[in-house]
Amino acid sequence: MASNKNLLLSHFKIADIVTEKSKILDLGCGNGDLMQYLEQTKKVNAQGVEISEDAIYKCVEKGLCVLHSDIDNSLDSYPNNSFDFVILSQSMQQVKKIDEVFKQCTRIGKKIIVSFPNFAHIALRSMLFFKGMAPVAKALPNQWNDTPNIRFFSIKDFENFCNYNGYKILEKYFISNSKYVHVMPNLFAQQAVFVITK
Amino acid sequence: MKKKDVGIVKTEYFTFKNFTLENGKILPEVTIAYETYGKLNDKKTNAVLITHAFTGNAHCAGYHEGDEKPGWWNMLVGPGKAFNTDKYFIICSNVLGGCAGSTGPSSINPATGIEYGTDFPAITISDMVRAQKKLVEFFGIEKLLCVAGGSMGGMQVLQWVMDYPEYIYSAIPIAITLKSTPQQIAFNEVGRQSIMGDVAWKKGHYYGGPEPDKGLAVARMLGHITYMSDYSMQKKFPVKNPELNENFDFNADFEVEEYLRYRGSSFVKRFDANSYLYLSKAMDYFDVQKDNFLPEEKNLNIKFLVISFKSDWLYPPYQSENIVKQLKAKGQEVTYCNIYSTYGHDAFLLEVKDETNLIRNFIDNLYKEVFEGGK
Repeated sequence: MASNKNLLLSHFKIADIVTEKSKILDLGCGNGDLMQYLEQTKKVNAQGVEISEDAIYKCVEKGLCVLHSDIDNSLDSYPNNSFDFVILSQSMQQVKKIDEVFKQCTRIGKKIIVSFPNFAHIALRSMLFFKGMAPVAKALPNQWNDTPNIRFFSIKDFENFCNYNGYKILEKYFISNSKYVHVMPNLFAQQAVFVITK
Repeated sequence: MKKKDVGIVKTEYFTFKNFTLENGKILPEVTIAYETYGKLNDKKTNAVLITHAFTGNAHCAGYHEGDEKPGWWNMLVGPGKAFNTDKYFIICSNVLGGCAGSTGPSSINPATGIEYGTDFPAITISDMVRAQKKLVEFFGIEKLLCVAGGSMGGMQVLQWVMDYPEYIYSAIPIAITLKSTPQQIAFNEVGRQSIMGDVAWKKGHYYGGPEPDKGLAVARMLGHITYMSDYSMQKKFPVKNPELNENFDFNADFEVEEYLRYRGSSFVKRFDANSYLYLSKAMDYFDVQKDNFLPEEKNLNIKFLVISFKSDWLYPPYQSENIVKQLKAKGQEVTYCNIYSTYGHDAFLLEVKDETNLIRNFIDNLYKEVFEGGK
């Protein structure tokens, strides 16, 4: 079995959502820890997409199928409804063409699972407000000058995005310090997991 | 480090009769030169076929008796290596049309008793693969664990997928394309013109007399340039501008000139000019795109590992990405890595560490999955 030490609560939530023996596409799969966990616990058929060459080697070592590509240019050749789940776990903040990627994801996947750090979390808000500095936190560990993230958005932003584009939100979960948040998530949740569909 | 190699090896020969080619012509007798390393297991499930590039041969690992230099992929084939001979039975054969032991234009035509020369029929990548299949069947192997190869070897890998998809568990095409492009064909054509323009070529019937060494050497020089990269050439030949002296005579003043001349003249000792013509044409005609790569009607289950190299400008990464696109469209399981390398096309012979990482794990995991029920 893989060690689960590299997995976050959001990963376990994703594993809850994913159904047994489903076909998944993990966009921005990194070292493949989540895919491996899903293969072992849910017997899924997983395909990953990853931009880092070193991460590709780690995935191949684990026996995973992975494509060396950026997310933006990796989706157009899949037929419609190729996957039961398309997963964007902590990778959406690095996607350039968000609109196009979501269009493709909802075309090739029956359900999309998205997890991302909430930029409107209270700690980040106060850093900006009281310190007057770009927020740095566990979920956003990099300084402004060396972050791979190009998008900073909140739970509210994402919900608005879904509403505007007509994506249905099927499920949503909010997490803070490895616990679920039920009150005012846009203020108190560090992480969000959404399940959406066309 | 000879102890980590497969040791002393010998080329063997396999012969069969009446081989019908893609163009309908029949070769009355075909010999295929091959080498094997490692042991075929009792159930014959651990066989891996390695296919060689344009000017390669069956000798991909170990040493021939008395030789200083090992086989062409020795860094990747051996105990504990990418193609692990402790676990797998590796077969490598010289292609049909070649000149390293397999039947080709420099072989004797049984009808005339002299070398075929340009009376040799045109051969295709598909013909090469069909001949390889006969060899594999000769070993009693019912399904290959893997077919792997770079450059023209990659063409053969893709052709195996096209022609015998039910016969392979996995495919590793490296630094290759679904279809030869005008640029690739253009380079081949210049090479051919150089050979055919050599007065010694004599329309291909030069055997027994002076051979078109000059033309073949120039073809090789050009080829060699396309296998390197701007960066790898700068690294290899740090420019020290020679003095322009009064005896200026178009000699090899620059290191790179000397190098290419050397590579050209050593190449002609081991390669036949007519084979160069035939094999380069076979590559030019290669096109598995037109027939819908991967037959639609069959439910295929082949695992792919596609590899390209960032600095390869002869078979640029986008061409490998096109292979991946086709596989995605057909729902095939595929892993793709575009290895960062500055070596150009030659990287498939040189990026040992990265290729080993990918290939060894890919084959090991595949074997576990198929035969041991889990990763």
